[in-house]
Amino acid sequence: METTLGLLGGDDTSSSVSKMEHDYSSYTDETGLELGLGLGPSLTKVKKSSRTWCEYGRILTAKDFPNGFITGTVNNMCVDSSTENTGNASTSSSQVVGWPPIRTYRMNSFNQSKITNADQEENGASGNKEMEDSKKKFNHGNTKNEADFVKVNMDGLPIGRKVDLGSHTCYETLGKTLEEMFFKSNKTTNSTNCGENEQVKKSCKLLDGSSGFVLTYEDKDGDWMLVGDVPWGMFLSTVKRLRIMRTAEAKGLGM
Amino acid sequence: MAHSFPEQVLKHLFSFLASDKERNSVSLVCKSWYEIERRCRKSVFIGNCYSVSPEIMIKRFPEVRSVTLKGKPHFADFNLVPEGWGAYVEPWIIAMSRSYPLLEEIRLKRMVVSDESLELISTSFDNFKVLVLLSCEGFTTDGLAAIAANCRNLRELDLGESEVEDLSSDWLSHFPDSCTSLVSLNISCLGPEISFSDLERLIAHSPNLKTLRLSQAVPLEKLPDLLCHASQLVEFGTGAYSSEVRSDIFSNLEEAFSGCKRLEGLSGFWDVEAAYLPAIYPVCSRLTSLNLSYATIQSPDLDKLISQCHNLQRLWVLDYIEDTGLQALAASCKNLEELRVFPSDPFLPEPNVILTEQGLVAVSEGCPKLQTVLYFCRQMTNAALVTIARNRPNMIRFRLCVIEPRAPDYLTLEPLDAGFGAIVEQCKELRRLSLSGLLTDRVFEYIGTHAKKLEMLSIAFAGDSDMGLHHVLSGCESLRKLEIRDCPFGDEALLANAAKLETMRSLWMSSCSVSFGACKLLAQKLPKLNVEVIDEMGPPDMRPESSPVDKLYIYRTVAGPRFDMPGFVWTLNEDAKH
Repeated sequence: METTLGLLGGDDTSSSVSKMEHDYSSYTDETGLELGLGLGPSLTKVKKSSRTWCEYGRILTAKDFPNGFITGTVNNMCVDSSTENTGNASTSSSQVVGWPPIRTYRMNSFNQSKITNADQEENGASGNKEMEDSKKKFNHGNTKNEADFVKVNMDGLPIGRKVDLGSHTCYETLGKTLEEMFFKSNKTTNSTNCGENEQVKKSCKLLDGSSGFVLTYEDKDGDWMLVGDVPWGMFLSTVKRLRIMRTAEAKGLGM
Repeated sequence: MAHSFPEQVLKHLFSFLASDKERNSVSLVCKSWYEIERRCRKSVFIGNCYSVSPEIMIKRFPEVRSVTLKGKPHFADFNLVPEGWGAYVEPWIIAMSRSYPLLEEIRLKRMVVSDESLELISTSFDNFKVLVLLSCEGFTTDGLAAIAANCRNLRELDLGESEVEDLSSDWLSHFPDSCTSLVSLNISCLGPEISFSDLERLIAHSPNLKTLRLSQAVPLEKLPDLLCHASQLVEFGTGAYSSEVRSDIFSNLEEAFSGCKRLEGLSGFWDVEAAYLPAIYPVCSRLTSLNLSYATIQSPDLDKLISQCHNLQRLWVLDYIEDTGLQALAASCKNLEELRVFPSDPFLPEPNVILTEQGLVAVSEGCPKLQTVLYFCRQMTNAALVTIARNRPNMIRFRLCVIEPRAPDYLTLEPLDAGFGAIVEQCKELRRLSLSGLLTDRVFEYIGTHAKKLEMLSIAFAGDSDMGLHHVLSGCESLRKLEIRDCPFGDEALLANAAKLETMRSLWMSSCSVSFGACKLLAQKLPKLNVEVIDEMGPPDMRPESSPVDKLYIYRTVAGPRFDMPGFVWTLNEDAKH
């Protein structure tokens, strides 16, 4: 396919193209903006220079404090942003935000149907106690029950996010997901960074080291608790929302 | 003007104009027609709530009875728009409460609605009749209680797939017994608690009820009681469709369904117990619409059910239907117009069902009226798409989602350019298209060349260069909404086609390569656009101008920049203050 400059511009007349070029150059002068006019992938590799308002680090959970909440016993560790946009050319769908394009409402529903399916397979005939239990767990839509998108806020950031608890089966994966959301660079791909097909291994684990932050959750009773202190299933049934709290503020949280 | 019709005559004539488009055309004829039309327009549709202000709307159209507003961009459905972005309905409700005392209908989609807004609605409009909240959020059952209590002529309450905080299950009790006007009630999105007695009472004193969609909390055993009070229903959505298998429950249910002689549409079917499916066999032959997209039923139960629905026009189903079920569908349902197949488990690395391109090909062959398709699958070929295009040149909405991003034709390993090219070339009335799979700039060349009636295009993980975007922006004459994610499209195509953006409702680009500098340029060149940069990593002007923005949302507006933005949204406009 021939790609030349002549193809740019609203009409197929050379006068409009040259007008466009003129516009470019005049704006360049005024704003100092340089727009490369060469065609072809115009991707600029994202370079995340030192952040000004987002700390690197990890999220502490209750596992970091096996003997109770003690400040000052964990080190601050800055994690370098080594996971820049290194072409995730073969991104599989489970790791990409908002893909496949299915509404949150529906996602919550089929998280539930997976549970009920499992029950059905185990029990063969329907209409027994397990079925009743799974019905009770039933979440459709958007109430604050299990297998749900819950809100996550981080101290210091005006942004709230949502995380699908139903797609996690343990604290580790949840912690990693949250770290990616809040501490890492833009994880969705700028796709034509060709070459690298491997997912860059995540270097920080939830349980080592620390940042200045702790992961907490609000339970059904409205109390704020450290994440990780109860079995996962129990956590799912009681969590209403999450908050990545500054360590300093998390003193004295109920365990 | 030599002759002019008296205003009353013109008003009467205009009242026959059904669509906004027609009324808009009429208002352009001359100044006096503009004036007459605007004073008698009763219904306003605003596709982007930030494109115009409540004040402008009220000033131009003083006699409105029905308002429809859409808020967040479509990709908000997939969590791509951070919370707090906007789309608050409150300023609209406040303004309308002052200026539209006779307002009857409010329809909202993807907007943030507070309880205060609902309360204000319930007390401001004496003749309020219709409240539709699709994919909205921000309100609780307290707001619904206010609507129930105060809207004495309420005809329609549709909560769509909204996020409602369930504070109490007794909001239904706020409907006074004297309220008998209800025609449509959709509470399917509500939570696990509901008062059956209140629901039953409400249904019992609503003889005009035609549409009833229950929440999952309503158990199967209760359905016969509810249905016998509502045998006039035309559309019905069940709750959880399972229970202990008992023959008395079954026969009650079957009898109740048999009694609904006007039933044409069924939905709900969460948590299905297959033994109870035959209870709906009596109504199958009348059904035109069937939504089984939450039902985890498989063949043979699924096939047996569908094969009885000869008059089906619309089917939503999970991929448990498999290719075989779709072949059966193609054989039984010759009136089918719309098919949506959703994935039961898209995150499994291996397929859990046999649903392939074959199923869709079969339906395209067997169903001559098929015009709307939404299909999630794991493999596709160009040959299949070419066949589908040839079979169904009457296709209007075609959305294909091959689950793995950038998946090629699985037989030839080529991009799916030729397949989608065939779709746009053959289907000359195509208005909506969603692409997936491995795609190069070539597919966009086809789209720009052929898709002249295309109004909405969704692109993900596709294309090689700016030429792709350029083809679309320069070629698609009818394009109104364009949404793009994870494509290597950048500044050049956007700037070269800047003027096009003023002819569209909106453009969404996320994880592409548009630089902050280009965004500023666009905003400078086109003051009638709002250029919004959404970036959760911090203010974009703290990085070099050449660095790409995370998310970009551009829309035309006569309301100027908005001031209700959260900290992570920047409107690039010379007058705007952040």
